Amino acid sequence: MDFQLNEEQQMLQDTVARLVRGEYSFEKRLAFSETDLGFSADFWHQLSELGLTAVPFSEELGGFGGGGVEVQSVMAELGRGLCLEPYLQSIVLGGGLIAHAGNDSQKENWLAGIASGELKAAVGLQEPQSFYDLNNVETRAEKSGEGYILNGRKAVVIGGHCANVIVVSARTSGDTRNAEGISLFALSPDTNGVERRTYPTIDGAKGCDITLNNVQVGADSLLGEEGKAGEVIEYQAGRAIAGLCAEAVGVMEVANELTLEYLKQRKQFGVPIGKFQVLQHRMVDMMSELEQARSMAILAASVADSEQNDERRRVLAAAKNVIGRAGQFISEAGIQSHGGIGMTWEYNFAHYAKRLIAINHQLGDDDFHLERYAALLQAS
Amino acid sequence: MNMNYTAEELAFRDEVRAFLDEKLPADIAAKVKGFRRLSKEDHQRWQKILCEQGWYATHWPEEYGGVKWTPVQKHIWDEESCRYGVPRSIPFGVNMVAPVIIKFGNEDQKQKYLPRILSGEDWWCQGYSEPGAGSDLASLKTRAVRDGDHYIVNGQKTWTTLGQYANMIFCLVRTNTEVKNQEGISFLLIDMDTPGITVRPIITLDGEHEVNEVFFEDVKVPVENLVGEEDKGWTYAKFLLTYERTGLAGIGMSKAALSHLKQLASRRLKNGKPLLEDPSFSQRIARVEIDLTAAAISNLRIIASVEGGGVPGAESSMLKVKGTEIRQSINDLARRAIGPYALPFVEEEMDLDYDGEFLSDKDAAPLSAQYFNNRKLSIFGGSNEIQKNIVSKMILGL
Repeated sequence: MDFQLNEEQQMLQDTVARLVRGEYSFEKRLAFSETDLGFSADFWHQLSELGLTAVPFSEELGGFGGGGVEVQSVMAELGRGLCLEPYLQSIVLGGGLIAHAGNDSQKENWLAGIASGELKAAVGLQEPQSFYDLNNVETRAEKSGEGYILNGRKAVVIGGHCANVIVVSARTSGDTRNAEGISLFALSPDTNGVERRTYPTIDGAKGCDITLNNVQVGADSLLGEEGKAGEVIEYQAGRAIAGLCAEAVGVMEVANELTLEYLKQRKQFGVPIGKFQVLQHRMVDMMSELEQARSMAILAASVADSEQNDERRRVLAAAKNVIGRAGQFISEAGIQSHGGIGMTWEYNFAHYAKRLIAINHQLGDDDFHLERYAALLQAS
Repeated sequence: MNMNYTAEELAFRDEVRAFLDEKLPADIAAKVKGFRRLSKEDHQRWQKILCEQGWYATHWPEEYGGVKWTPVQKHIWDEESCRYGVPRSIPFGVNMVAPVIIKFGNEDQKQKYLPRILSGEDWWCQGYSEPGAGSDLASLKTRAVRDGDHYIVNGQKTWTTLGQYANMIFCLVRTNTEVKNQEGISFLLIDMDTPGITVRPIITLDGEHEVNEVFFEDVKVPVENLVGEEDKGWTYAKFLLTYERTGLAGIGMSKAALSHLKQLASRRLKNGKPLLEDPSFSQRIARVEIDLTAAAISNLRIIASVEGGGVPGAESSMLKVKGTEIRQSINDLARRAIGPYALPFVEEEMDLDYDGEFLSDKDAAPLSAQYFNNRKLSIFGGSNEIQKNIVSKMILGL
């Protein structure tokens, strides 16, 4: 039994940590967030220069061959910096879907560029009516000659505003909630009929809703087998969930460090407020929540790239459930312990709190994953 | 035991409803119900209507233009106004400084300030909290030094709600540093236009400008603006805080927010069905509705005891804790109800006159911001930790 990173993994994590510390001060982040791009092109470029955008891709695709633990190492540090770059969307999820389902020429077209950071991918799997259920797909793809015509709407596509390639799910057969009959398409946002409504998100990033209005795509746009994308989506969303869990742990670490520091230096009634037992106990609870979350993030990373089965499904659902609850607890308890200052834009804590709540709304909240887990409960 | 309103109380309720049906502007009510921003003009327009009705100053004696409502009548007003979407009245003038002036101020101060509060000519803000004095309010440091017929004020106040609209501020200042913290504090009324005062916005985590910092640099305040006696301000401050604490439980607001949540949940879909019919989500709503039912009865019990001549004590602290927790849970559920759409921060849809297409639900845009903004409920008006200290000391004797 060994929970330590190996030497290479530790080096990887240290590299990201150094980069984030050097380039991602809180003030810079606020400025990045306010640009049209919504993040730092320069930082993205540096991630790419250091080979970090290539981490999860296989060596023959120019990657590093990293698995769940490597992605975890990167995501945790990006979380500590509240980094706004679309690493999860483009590298883990977008790249993951194409690598999983794409044919050789599609991989050649997209993956080298994604792995090098030159191209950015975004992923549209949710819809206005879908809630968090990725099998709930109303968008239709009708056969037309050699290709397809897509109609529908994809909801809350983080990073979609700046993506060069957007992977969307669309139904080629079946009813709205069928697991069967879902297909994946990779398309350029410049295709006729693709409309994006871009907005900032509550946690300082950017996303868009995408309307597909008679969008004509060629057969080469279909990723994988027609109607068989449900399993690919579930698997890759699982990898992204593990990535989100790792990110959340990074966010929680800093949130707890900030709160502890505040309890030590803020004085009321002549003593540091950390001398008050009620605040001590709450801080201890925040720490235990973080430890629970850390354990589940490790477990999630360990199954992220393993074969799909109910055990993997259970672990990922459990991890996202714990992360969601821990994240909300730390967010709320941290604001409360800070008092008024925790409510302000100028001080960094609230931005950590907002990211934690936002993570709970990505790829399923704690309620959603509790139900998922319950449905997979073993009889004994 | 009789939990029903009397015939007179029911008649009063009808009167309130008739008034609100007729006089509450629809645009203002829609903003309140949809958690939209209210402008200064919205507040003033509504205050004028209330004043014309004679229902603005419910804590004041009739001789100064107040209305004499019983605790039950006040409760009925609170319930109905939340249900109708009446804007929360800005309490700093009418419900905070005015009772202090009425009880401790001199005749000149009453003549000068009270009519201006009623007419809306003065907009008051509070100068209590300081960066170093939050829960420990008595440790405040803003200094006022007597110089002839003026005080010279230096220091900083913070969390000044809607200070950007105010032309008057009531301040706790330190006039004596030789005595115990509580004994050297005075209560000053300060014109915001006096040279040396700077107001700086504090932007909150949801991007809103609701609170401010106020800086005082050699600000000359006439001695006649001192309320009561020098160094006795702490007594007046505590008196004022009892007014602040009433109503902080926000039962009426929770009821309105719950009804809003249920409507939202009946429109949002999960697994192809309204979220309101989803077993786990409906249980979450049910739990908070049950808690609210209990808190509402606790609130009524306190009101009934005050009606019977009792004094609201530490019970209202208990209710503040419960009530704010309930409201925060409702905000939490509303955010959860919109699922992935909790992420988009679509500011333009927060304006009521937005006439474009809604990204998702028409009421979705403010919900995440509202959730974050209302984390303040358990912090302000005496943090919930401080309220629990009060209960453990006053009721439990610990």
